[in-house]
Amino acid sequence: MADVLEKPKAVAQPKEPLFSKKNRRLISDPFNDNNPITIQVLGICSALAITVKLYPALVMAISVVFVLVAANVIVSLMRNMIPNRIRIIVQLVVVAALVALVDQVLKAFVYDISKELSVFVGLIITNCIIMGRLEAFALGNKPWRAFLDGLGNAIGYGVILIIVAFFRELLGSGTLFGIQVIPDAWYMVNGGFYSNNGFMLLPPMALIVVGIIIWVQRSRNTKLIEE
Amino acid sequence: MKVLHNFLERLKPNFEKGGKLAKYWPVYDGFATFLFVPGHPVHRGGAHIRDGIDLKRTMNTVITALIPALLFGMWNTGYQHYLALGIDATFLEQFIFGAIKVLPLVIVSYAVGLGTEFFFCVIRGHQINEGYLVSGMLIPLIMPVDLPLWMLALSVIFAVVIGKEVFGGTGMNIFNPALLARAFAFFAYPAYMSGDTVWVNVSTSAGQAVVDGFSGATALGTLATTGTTVFSAWDAFVGTIPGSIGETSVIAILLGAGILLFTGIGSWRIMLSALLGGAAMGLIFNAVAPYALSEVQQQFMAVPYWHQLILGGFAFGIVFMATDPVSGSQTDTGKWIYGFLIGFLAIMIRVFNPAYPEGVMLAILFMNTMAPLIDHYVVQANVKRRKNRILSQGSI
Repeated sequence: MADVLEKPKAVAQPKEPLFSKKNRRLISDPFNDNNPITIQVLGICSALAITVKLYPALVMAISVVFVLVAANVIVSLMRNMIPNRIRIIVQLVVVAALVALVDQVLKAFVYDISKELSVFVGLIITNCIIMGRLEAFALGNKPWRAFLDGLGNAIGYGVILIIVAFFRELLGSGTLFGIQVIPDAWYMVNGGFYSNNGFMLLPPMALIVVGIIIWVQRSRNTKLIEE
Repeated sequence: MKVLHNFLERLKPNFEKGGKLAKYWPVYDGFATFLFVPGHPVHRGGAHIRDGIDLKRTMNTVITALIPALLFGMWNTGYQHYLALGIDATFLEQFIFGAIKVLPLVIVSYAVGLGTEFFFCVIRGHQINEGYLVSGMLIPLIMPVDLPLWMLALSVIFAVVIGKEVFGGTGMNIFNPALLARAFAFFAYPAYMSGDTVWVNVSTSAGQAVVDGFSGATALGTLATTGTTVFSAWDAFVGTIPGSIGETSVIAILLGAGILLFTGIGSWRIMLSALLGGAAMGLIFNAVAPYALSEVQQQFMAVPYWHQLILGGFAFGIVFMATDPVSGSQTDTGKWIYGFLIGFLAIMIRVFNPAYPEGVMLAILFMNTMAPLIDHYVVQANVKRRKNRILSQGSI
């Protein structure tokens, strides 16, 4: 009898290595073909607002990496328990809890930066990249893959943030991470020939810098160009 | 002329397909068609179109129209300089000093702008067109004379690349490139584009000094801060006041406007409606001046409406920038609305926000953005009107 009721044997699946080609693409795609900012055009508001200086941009990038990776993993772990009809609320609770955590840590350890980032830390909750990845990926994938996907997208976002902030701080303030890199003697007030570009400090220039990055990216990778 | 033509013909094979320099065909083509009408021979007799106005002639006409403002700007630069130093100089001395100061700006503007344009044309294999010829003359005329040349060059590159090339080149731009160059310089280097010290060249050589009590402020600058100006309306009309190189003289600008209107290249609808818009806003300010919050603002608002129209870059802007056929409205009704709002907003920005005395620049750029929207509604209204006519006749 027991032989008859024997459970159907699970089809032996080849165990996927942790860094299979498919998994590696989860991390590498957001850098190029599927960058959250330059291709999906998500998370633009924070990219414009906090890229005047490199340091806040870096802090912001790290915060988003933490929130997105953790949220992706947590939601992926809970994906079979979340009732479909209230999934957005559940995701929001998870993200909001993580953002509150980040906000408190920033306030405790880097208070100045926290003040500078002001509302934009809280607004990570509504960052379209995070909700987008939770909806599109974490709800349908296992934690490890969700982890890689979160890491890839958050770094893809952070890299653009840092590139934009690099140019804006260098050309707008003549500094990098607050350290002056353009010699004092170059400035016109000191008899030199150079002057900082005040336009770089204004948000429109961030939009233009992002636009130029998109331009460069598309001319290097022609398959991104739509007909 | 024959010699030049033969020379170009001799060079031609090098640039044609298969030639050594085929890559640079756009450069050759640009120069050759600039000098000669491309060869499509027509018979002497019979009905043939032998001549048609094209982009090149349009551009050349606008440049001709700009020459009075340019020449006056050169003289005024010298006049203001010697006035500031308290030196009696002859007309010729004043003009030569101004020419030495202004010409480098013009040369840099053209060299950098055309260089950028050639570069893009060669990369993309487009034909070179003459889109930059007018912008190249406009840009130096709307800058202060002491602007460092590299800032001018950077503004020009910005205007050509971000203002024009990213949208697809000449004729595709949303904004007027010359104004974009000025807006870039204005926001990037405010210390060299606004304030009281940039409008008059006060470089001194040995034994010279700036006279006591000299102020290099523009009429609008002092109006915004003190509510009064030392310059009479006649000064502003003739143009013997500090300001951007080409913007000061209303007479020189009117000469240019005459050329544009006579040849039909500038739209009279835009010029007239902008004038009306500016006058309307001026009249409104005159009427509400007693209720303004501060005394300075009261005085500024009480400036007669016709005086507002001859101050600052208003005249230059509505004659040469607002009438840009690419970035302005295309429909006739649209031109009225577009022009009116430019004048209206220009005076409004200038009075309400003393930080931006050049309201006309921002007003034109703003209306450039709105022009396609205006056209859209004008066209839709026309479609609707005609549809209603058919329906009311009951012919369907």
